[in-house]
Amino acid sequence: MAKKHKKNKRRDFLQLSTVTLGAVGTAAFIWPFLKSMSPAEDTLAAGSTEVDISAIEEGQSITIKWRGKPVFIKKRTKEEINAAKIVQASDLRDPQDDADRVQKEEWLVLVGVCTHLGCVPLGQKVSDMKGEYDGWYCPCHGSHYDTSGRIRKGPAPKNLDIPPYAFLNDNTIKIG
Amino acid sequence: MDKNRKVHQFKNPVLNWIEFRLPIISYFKKEYGDYPMPKNCNYFWSFGALATITLITMIVSGIFLAMNYTPHTDMAFDSVERIMRDVNYGWLMRYIHSNGASFFFIIVYIHIVRAMYFGSYKYPRELNWILGVFIFLLMMATSFLGYTLPWGQMSYWGATVITNLFSAIPIIGEGLKTWLLGDYNVGNATLNRFFALHYVLPFVIFGVVGLHVAAVHVHGSNNPDGIEIKSNNDSVNFFPYMLIKDTVAMCAFGVAISAVIFFGPNLMSEVDNYIPADPLVTPAHIVPNWYLAPFYAILRAVPDKLGGVLLMFGAIAILFVLPWLDRSKVRSCNYRPIYKWFMMGFFVNFFALGYVGMLPAEGLYLLIARVGLLYYFGFFFIITPFVGWIEKPNKLPLSISDVYAKNIAPNIGGGETRMPSPAMQKDTNL
Repeated sequence: MAKKHKKNKRRDFLQLSTVTLGAVGTAAFIWPFLKSMSPAEDTLAAGSTEVDISAIEEGQSITIKWRGKPVFIKKRTKEEINAAKIVQASDLRDPQDDADRVQKEEWLVLVGVCTHLGCVPLGQKVSDMKGEYDGWYCPCHGSHYDTSGRIRKGPAPKNLDIPPYAFLNDNTIKIG
Repeated sequence: MDKNRKVHQFKNPVLNWIEFRLPIISYFKKEYGDYPMPKNCNYFWSFGALATITLITMIVSGIFLAMNYTPHTDMAFDSVERIMRDVNYGWLMRYIHSNGASFFFIIVYIHIVRAMYFGSYKYPRELNWILGVFIFLLMMATSFLGYTLPWGQMSYWGATVITNLFSAIPIIGEGLKTWLLGDYNVGNATLNRFFALHYVLPFVIFGVVGLHVAAVHVHGSNNPDGIEIKSNNDSVNFFPYMLIKDTVAMCAFGVAISAVIFFGPNLMSEVDNYIPADPLVTPAHIVPNWYLAPFYAILRAVPDKLGGVLLMFGAIAILFVLPWLDRSKVRSCNYRPIYKWFMMGFFVNFFALGYVGMLPAEGLYLLIARVGLLYYFGFFFIITPFVGWIEKPNKLPLSISDVYAKNIAPNIGGGETRMPSPAMQKDTNL
């Protein structure tokens, strides 16, 4: 009886270790395949862009391409800055003060990708619809952004992203 | 091996040689020759065969298109235009493939309507239904991937919107999206993998279709009266009766699809997709393919990102459990006086959802989408279980031949003279 018990234990051990080793081995084999689908090194390295902003007038805004995405650079007017500052952050869906979204208050730099489903919001051209808060309006599913790029109305859950950027001098911004 | 295996004997010695080594000939004879089909099956029962033929057409035309297509963001759009202008009969291949996709969905939707109305999803065919829903899911994924390949504006922005659905998932969403795209937004890595997956998924579909067909052949096809075959009087052999019937259906289908391919090849496509993809400009109005529009309408009807995504996927997932939501043992809606109308309402509602899914999500359209959304889920969660419980179904015929006997019986003095045999009375499935 005791001998049989011992034999079973050995068999159990063999079974368990075979299955475990097999599972670990399979996972180790699958990992490189899954990982190969992540962004490649050259994609990750698609670095930074320098932009000359000297030609942008007050109230004007330009679109540049950074890592394949549109980035909006807007020189805001006094009214637009005031409209953005006057809002209580606590009233917003994604609470953030205007001061936390800009480095110099006349320059607003945004990733021009709607946080809902990734469309490019309208509002860059003078003739575009700018939405109810006079900032940007996403035509796909009707999200309204204010003059600080914050979500005010519609399905988008978050404010427009701020890319990492720095002023190299008064006329040049480095994005990324 | 079993020495006593009975080998089917044919006159042709070559067939005998094959049959002895691989009994494939008797298999085909059993499954496609002598296979009994209920004799009351109408043309709705031809849509499975039509779908199979369309799948094969899509695979063949797709392989030939792939010979001239380049999956690179700089060249994809131009290579499709080259197929249209320079490749011999390239235009025909492409129009067959693009319209074939639309017709594939038309056929499969009719096939699903058939299964729902006549209760084909019920015992003992639940697994068959589940495999079918799985095929439907694979088809939607494949068509979405394929729609990205021409790299027009709708391709690019459709891919952007759909892949962004994954970013709605809390915590892992953003990372999952990046992993799926192979980049931070839809780009060359995305186009490459979408092409690879679009090429392979149809073969997966083909495999699941094999299981789907094998499963239906175990218990046999359902029929408009939703009762099982009980004697030889109730059925006809697949060959030649159903094959001829399917061939007639196929001819009608061929006329319909040819009319579109040759006279209105862009009826079901979006003009904006003839503009090359531009990552900096979103089209004013992003429209999904019509066959995905009902689900897109559900997505947009919900004013919350995660909620919309969950309900959209939920709308498909709920189909998997339909056999267990329906409590009624009567299959065919022809014998369900109340549920029948709710079922037809469901079809109309689905159509309406598709219609508003193609239009801007505002005002009246949004309202229709929201009402449609409520009916869609209400149908599955409330109406289907509840009606099955309160409804008194009409009396089912004793057998399939009885359906025809009843039509004649009044003229020859009452149906009660036909006494069903005890075997006929015992319907274990009801």
